[in-house]
Amino acid sequence: MGKIELNHITKTYEKDVTAVKDFNLEIEDGEFIVLVGPSGCGKSTMLRMIAGLEEITDGEFKMDGRLMNDIPPKNRDIAMVFQNYALYPHMSVYDNMAFALKMRKFKKEEIRRRVTEAAKVLGLEEYLKRKPRALSGGQRQRVALGRAIVRDAKLFLMDEPLSNLDAKLRFQMRAEISKLHHRLKTTTVYVTHDQTEAMTMATRIVIMKDGVIQQVGSPKEVYDFPANQFVGGFIGSPAMNFFEGLIEDGAFVTHDGIRLALPSTKAQELKSAGYTEGTRMTMGIRPENVTLQPPGFSGESLMPIESEVIVSELTGAETLLYSKLGDQDLIARIDSGLDLRTGDKVTLAYDMELAHFFDSASGERLRLGEDAGISI
Amino acid sequence: MTGRKRFNYKTKEGLQGYIFILPWIIGFIVFTAGPLLFSFAASFTNYNITSQMDFIGLKNYEKLFADDQLFWTSLYNTLYYVAFSVPITTVGAILLSALLNRDIPGMRFFRTIYYLPAVLSGVGVYLLWMQLLEPGTGLVNTVLAWFGIAGPNWLFDPAWAKPALIFMKLWSVGGGMLLYLASMQGISKSLYEAAEIDGANAWQQFIRITIPMITPVIFFDIVTSLIGGFQIFQEAYVMSNGEGGPVNSLLFYNLYMWKKAFEAFDMGYAMAMSWILFIIVFVLTIINLKLAPRWVHYEGGGK
Repeated sequence: MGKIELNHITKTYEKDVTAVKDFNLEIEDGEFIVLVGPSGCGKSTMLRMIAGLEEITDGEFKMDGRLMNDIPPKNRDIAMVFQNYALYPHMSVYDNMAFALKMRKFKKEEIRRRVTEAAKVLGLEEYLKRKPRALSGGQRQRVALGRAIVRDAKLFLMDEPLSNLDAKLRFQMRAEISKLHHRLKTTTVYVTHDQTEAMTMATRIVIMKDGVIQQVGSPKEVYDFPANQFVGGFIGSPAMNFFEGLIEDGAFVTHDGIRLALPSTKAQELKSAGYTEGTRMTMGIRPENVTLQPPGFSGESLMPIESEVIVSELTGAETLLYSKLGDQDLIARIDSGLDLRTGDKVTLAYDMELAHFFDSASGERLRLGEDAGISI
Repeated sequence: MTGRKRFNYKTKEGLQGYIFILPWIIGFIVFTAGPLLFSFAASFTNYNITSQMDFIGLKNYEKLFADDQLFWTSLYNTLYYVAFSVPITTVGAILLSALLNRDIPGMRFFRTIYYLPAVLSGVGVYLLWMQLLEPGTGLVNTVLAWFGIAGPNWLFDPAWAKPALIFMKLWSVGGGMLLYLASMQGISKSLYEAAEIDGANAWQQFIRITIPMITPVIFFDIVTSLIGGFQIFQEAYVMSNGEGGPVNSLLFYNLYMWKKAFEAFDMGYAMAMSWILFIIVFVLTIINLKLAPRWVHYEGGGK
């Protein structure tokens, strides 16, 4: 069991610096929660409070119903993987993994059994006698994971565990951690600033900014229905395109006068939600929802706009097209079929059905129609 | 240019290097290597500054081992001093730096206080301690008397003279403390955090993390203080007025050698003594270096 309740958690440092503000989250047993956000958003502080390495200024942290605020780290039944691995440099891989068990006075045979099993799972059997400095980055990462899994703890905490690895290894370890989680089903809280890690690993993502939760949801939810402009821009790569403008006569008109007609249902919904003519708002549209319009094709929701290619980046299976809508920047993600050059004229189709609208002042996404019922 | 031998770039650079360190090379040959060789050669003579040097073979060495009781006394005194002062000051310095390695207000004040003795110069300190350890009126015995303890005669008691000296040395562990403190502060905080989560208490963290991580500094400290310990002279000279203390209890090796050389002017004999000390220290240092890989942990490099 590993059910976590975080109620109104706040962390304030002296001089009134608030790192985490009124953090509320319930984590079910076996979930893989990813806390994600830009640096300084409070995600690591939150994790360290769960670990007991930082004091909770205000609020309640419960594990399986038991209040944990004042329980010392060693009695919390948690295991943690650190960003720099924090392996004991003077101990062999075996001793690193056995350390926590020794401290907890496990029998020698039991320690041997657990460490050997963890080493097998992580492919570390050959390296048990080595010191950490004789290992590669990926192997060290595995030892750090091994040190956590031998504990058989209720809760795993991981603080940016992949950020010290190179891109290829990060990709590999990401999948391995996911596999490990499927196998062990241990409740996990994982901190990262990398939205790709969050999207690929999480059962639920918690997006934070300036110490405040912006949105909690499954990867699909936060991608398809971002709570606000920050989440829309943070989740997804390349980032969502944003255009300033206003609603006018059933269309979104950019501030420099380009008209993007809305599908009638969308226009109706905006109207009935109280966003009438002349309301200033920000339109967001993901790069994959701006496509090259095939000749002779049109649909009600596709809004064709003549554009000029500024830069065309071939990434392999797809091409990122940098262009402009009026004077505002745009990135479109299109198939690599066409060989486009800087200066080429293209017709880009904006799928207005999939466009999001954000309140220009608050940044909140306007809830329209079918997704109005979905909670953030 | 024809006919003239030209240096290639490498040779030229090497030559320039040697020119730069020439002053040191001259100094080394004249003041270190020269006397070293001279003392080795002279240790087989009856050199006494004033008269002619005669080669007398191994006579000096024979006399040392066979019939000089004071040689053995001075060797015993020195080994006694090294055997106690090195471990005690090492442990003292480590414990002190562990205490001072805390993040609490006013810690800089305490660090300064404990480091202060290390910057005070020798003779003044010894005179100060002679007063503190004065049996009748000294502060140490006065304080002991408050608790009903009759203090010993310290420097005037053969049984207490060496412990008194070691006690005094402990007072100035600040120098070693500074080294340990610096090395402790270089230990990554996350190691302690990991250990805390792994369930290690403060003492276990100290034994399992702090100590292994500072072993390079412990090793350095032991090697240098062992060598320094065998060279003890000034303290004993000042505190026993050059005599070697009650019943020769402060007659350390170097003090005895000094007396042989500059009081009896038996230079050849003193030089033979210095070579024996050299061999003892050399062997101990080799042993130290050989044992090091078993317990010293180096962060980078190595195997």
